[in-house]
Amino acid sequence: MNSVGARVPGVLDRERTVAGPGFNRWLVPPAALCVHLSIGQAYAFSVFNLPMSKLVGITKSAPGDWKLTELGWIFSIAIVLLGVSAAVAGTWLDRVGPRKAMFTAACCFGGGFLVSALGVYLHQLWLIYLGYGVLGGCGLGIGYISPVKTLITWFPDRPGMATGLAIMGFGGGAMIASPLSVRLMAAFSSPTHMGVAETFLVLGVIYFCFMCVGAAIVRVPAEGWRPAGYVAPAQSARMITTENVHVDIAIRTPQFWLLWWVLCLNVTAGIGVLGQASAMAQEMFPGRITASAAAGFVGLLSLFNMAGRFFWASTSDLIGRRATYCVFFVLGMALYALVPSAAHMGSIALFVACFLVIISMYGGGFSTIPAYLKDVFGVRYVGAIHGRLLTAWSAAGVFGPVLVNYIRQYQIDHGVAKADAYTQTMYIMAGLLLIGLACNVLMRPVSARHHLAAQPT
Amino acid sequence: MSAQSSVRPVERGVTVKLVLYWLIAGLPLAWGVANTIGDAAKLFR
Repeated sequence: MNSVGARVPGVLDRERTVAGPGFNRWLVPPAALCVHLSIGQAYAFSVFNLPMSKLVGITKSAPGDWKLTELGWIFSIAIVLLGVSAAVAGTWLDRVGPRKAMFTAACCFGGGFLVSALGVYLHQLWLIYLGYGVLGGCGLGIGYISPVKTLITWFPDRPGMATGLAIMGFGGGAMIASPLSVRLMAAFSSPTHMGVAETFLVLGVIYFCFMCVGAAIVRVPAEGWRPAGYVAPAQSARMITTENVHVDIAIRTPQFWLLWWVLCLNVTAGIGVLGQASAMAQEMFPGRITASAAAGFVGLLSLFNMAGRFFWASTSDLIGRRATYCVFFVLGMALYALVPSAAHMGSIALFVACFLVIISMYGGGFSTIPAYLKDVFGVRYVGAIHGRLLTAWSAAGVFGPVLVNYIRQYQIDHGVAKADAYTQTMYIMAGLLLIGLACNVLMRPVSARHHLAAQPT
Repeated sequence: MSAQSSVRPVERGVTVKLVLYWLIAGLPLAWGVANTIGDAAKLFR
């Protein structure tokens, strides 16, 4: 019998997720993948834009239909809320553990689809802003950070690889969501109906269930657990601390803000290109890259975005985080500067190769940052610190596409041929990466006075 | 004795769980990757 006042832990509580002796740590990455493969759907949301702009007119946009510019805000709101919710929920997540956080994310993300389905059914755009944008965005943020600390704790010997595996799922989620959404809309559509509301409804249920599977199978290691044969370093390496920095202290250090800019600039350079890839390929190689071939190019980018997340994060375990980001920035600058030359030479192969490497490093930037934070600030508050750092993604998500679109339009308005309209953009991207490189090179270990052990209690 | 005590107990059915969990997460991803490779092939046609 329990003594009076003793609380029995609920099924979602951290106490119920502690792994027993002999638990195999390779059972944990699939849990993280279930969540990240689901929320990675966000990258494929654009497949709904065109159908949602024809809900009234069906074959073409009619008066009363939503404009593409209005629909573009759904994704923007979701990305902003991703950063905000990750920043706000990080500390809570560290306290309650991954299962409750994953379940909350499932409710928000699945629920966001259901509210959006109602919005489509009633033709109320604000309901979709609220549903997918606000509620879904909170699901994105909480879901994104929920498995990070757990994986780092399970894999202290390979933290980059472990988080890379999960965050690879976020890149892969779009590959599942895009064909799935298209097929569902085709199944539910009729000559008088686009089938978007039903698709949202089905996706909401599917993603809720899949994320709940992740929440059900996730486990945290018991206190003091170490992998067999693993010996923790007795003292800190130069850029890898064995100490911990509290999240509230961490965000006041220059190291946090240097990493904020490192992530923001790496994402800004990649995200603008990712959104414009199809149009860019067709405009830089007019008549040679068709719309169909450009779709193939976008598919290849998605594959390299996903693979880069695992490859670069795993590589960072071998060569170090700072060196990995130096590779991103130096190689990225060289490749961006090479793209206009590839276009002038008419070399599609070189053009494609440049962007495949660039986009792999864009993905790698996301997946390597949790291990970088763990190296600099320690494991204890890495979830909360990572959450706050993701505001850099929100800023880049808004800034990157605007930058690329604005510069392109400015060039065309001033008489530059469409094939050459991206040249200046590429050089500006290279410039952004140079600033990122400077921030990365300036990274130093956090002062010992910020360590938890040195803080007054 | 000391050799026995250093052996970690292994959870029952762990191999089945490993296969099942990785299939649950891996199959949808494999389906998505196969679709994407199909799209990507258009670039070379």
